[in-house]
Amino acid sequence: MVPVNYYVILSAVLFGLGVIAFVVKRNIISIFMSIELMLNAVNLAFVAFSQGMGKLDGQVFVLFVIVVAAAEAAVGLGIIILIARNRQSLNVERVDLLKL
Amino acid sequence: MTFLNAHAELLITLVKIALLLFIVLTVNAYLTWFERKVVARMQSRWGPHRVGPYGLLQPAADGLKFLFKEDPTPEGVDRVVYYLAPLLALALALTSLAVIPFGPEPLRFFGHDIYLSITPPDLNIGLLVLFAITALSVYGVALAGWSSNSKYPLLGGLRSSAQMVSYELALTLSVVGVLLMANSFNLKDIIVAQAQHPERGIFGWNIWPQIIGFLCFFTAAVAETNRVPFDLPEAESELVAGFHTEYASFKFAMFFIAEYTSMITVSCLCTIMFFGGWLSPFPASWTFTHYLPSAILIPFGLWLIWAGIRYETIFGRIILPGLGTVIALLGLTLAVFPGVNSFIQAPFWFLAKVFVFLFVYVWMRGTLPRFRYDQLMSFGWKVLLPVSIVNVVITSFIILLRSGWK
Amino acid sequence: MTPQLILFIVLAALSVVGALSLILQKHPIHSALSLIVVMVALAGLYLLMGAEFVAAVQIIVYGGAIMVLFVFVIMLLNAGAEEYTNFSKLAGFAGVPLGIALTGFIAAAIARSAGTAQVSGSAAVLAPTRTISEMIFKDFVYPFELTSFLILVAIMGAIVLAAHKEE
Repeated sequence: MVPVNYYVILSAVLFGLGVIAFVVKRNIISIFMSIELMLNAVNLAFVAFSQGMGKLDGQVFVLFVIVVAAAEAAVGLGIIILIARNRQSLNVERVDLLKL
Repeated sequence: MTFLNAHAELLITLVKIALLLFIVLTVNAYLTWFERKVVARMQSRWGPHRVGPYGLLQPAADGLKFLFKEDPTPEGVDRVVYYLAPLLALALALTSLAVIPFGPEPLRFFGHDIYLSITPPDLNIGLLVLFAITALSVYGVALAGWSSNSKYPLLGGLRSSAQMVSYELALTLSVVGVLLMANSFNLKDIIVAQAQHPERGIFGWNIWPQIIGFLCFFTAAVAETNRVPFDLPEAESELVAGFHTEYASFKFAMFFIAEYTSMITVSCLCTIMFFGGWLSPFPASWTFTHYLPSAILIPFGLWLIWAGIRYETIFGRIILPGLGTVIALLGLTLAVFPGVNSFIQAPFWFLAKVFVFLFVYVWMRGTLPRFRYDQLMSFGWKVLLPVSIVNVVITSFIILLRSGWK
Repeated sequence: MTPQLILFIVLAALSVVGALSLILQKHPIHSALSLIVVMVALAGLYLLMGAEFVAAVQIIVYGGAIMVLFVFVIMLLNAGAEEYTNFSKLAGFAGVPLGIALTGFIAAAIARSAGTAQVSGSAAVLAPTRTISEMIFKDFVYPFELTSFLILVAIMGAIVLAAHKEE
């Protein structure tokens, strides 16, 4: 039997690693992937609490989070493709002007 | 002995895994023999018939060739991904066989129940596990194409994985009709739901109410496994290149085995969901049909003995009658011991139906021309997906009507 | 040391190693593969807790569709290995300690709260698919329809973004 706290601490650790990845990485796609890592960490916390309390609301919310992440990934990657086409580089430091 | 008793389940599972791996790899090897023979006969030629009697040792020769051929690694490939891709494809294809139940009743062995599937029979998400593995197997193809550091494999890999992702939607939607009728994702429950009226026999199977679903599922599954008529991304290898061009002997063999194993998995899924799994097509009251396995095996064994004695090579004249004797004795054992006979009914019908589906796969390979890529993609999105959705709507409407609008 | 605790430690270690590999790898395709490993490990953790439907959906949707999209884009854009400039080193110097501090703060706040010390991972707490689906289609039907509308908007957005402009 694993206590709920263990899962939530793991979720916090993964979230922290996602934040560090977001700050350190220079490739746009890697930064986007760190956002997905943070969303996954939050999903883990939701499911852990849902199973701990015996209610299923947390898992229903996880399904909605997954759907929203999918929509966000689709549109975000479309924007990234356009940026890469315009700037010919995937380095996030080169995208520093408001007008491309 | 107490150690064995204490860890009995773990040991039984390990033995089942080893046995299933051995059986599946052997079936794969002889499936290649079967395919080459059947396609050759459809094209009015012999097929392999020199290596061993009736060409039966051809898979062994091919396996030895794959082991001893040179295995070069091209320059500039991404090493980790290059070695990972065939490994991933093979591992995923073999894992999907773990959830397939081959029979309903367990073997009783020294007080332990051994079920005829690797996962326990009460796995509530059996079908979803299969879809998860299908979803992950896109990576094997995409990463293989990308890591080869060459234009044509990259394009072939991208096309092939785009095709697999497109047909995955139609695959999962076409099964929803069956799930609505069975009320569960558990594969065993799906078969049990078809056995509700055992006196109907073949007319109680899911194929009759779900004929549209079956056609959609079978088409989408053939596209998922990259077989004819949907194999343009890999048949380019016969002309120019495909995603497994830069892969030499053993890694190519891994992709090959992965493709045939996924064929076997799809055939098993079709029989479970639409053709009654291990249910006999005859009504349950016709108990004389329980002797059908013996009635097939004994004459086949006797014919093999008769043909073997007249075979051209000495090797054939020894091996074939021996094989025939074993098969005839097996049939005789089934006829004599009723306990064994009643146990073997379910796996026999299951394997017979899987064999019919494998024959249909090979038949399509020998007969149909392949689709062009744009025809393939437009068929998947514009025809198959709407038809699967319409099937779901019609099925749920009819189920609602039957239960009286509750 | 129950088998569940051992399995939890193995899967948790796998997910943390995957996340670390996401940070430390130079090529984005290797980061993407590490993220897939994290997602599969998390699906294993959901199964361990008894949430079987969420585990299956995680692998099918996240691991089999969203990450395939990431891998496609990385392949199509031919993303090469990253370059580390001065600003990224500064971000590393300042960002990593702050990130560790954030994690430590959250973890300490959780560990100190004794109220949620219930156990999870018993087979009796199995989450049946039927109950989840009843909740989605009865209590949460309005958010469900809204998410379908959101997906429609995302599809239209992706098509508009990918359309070639006729000059």
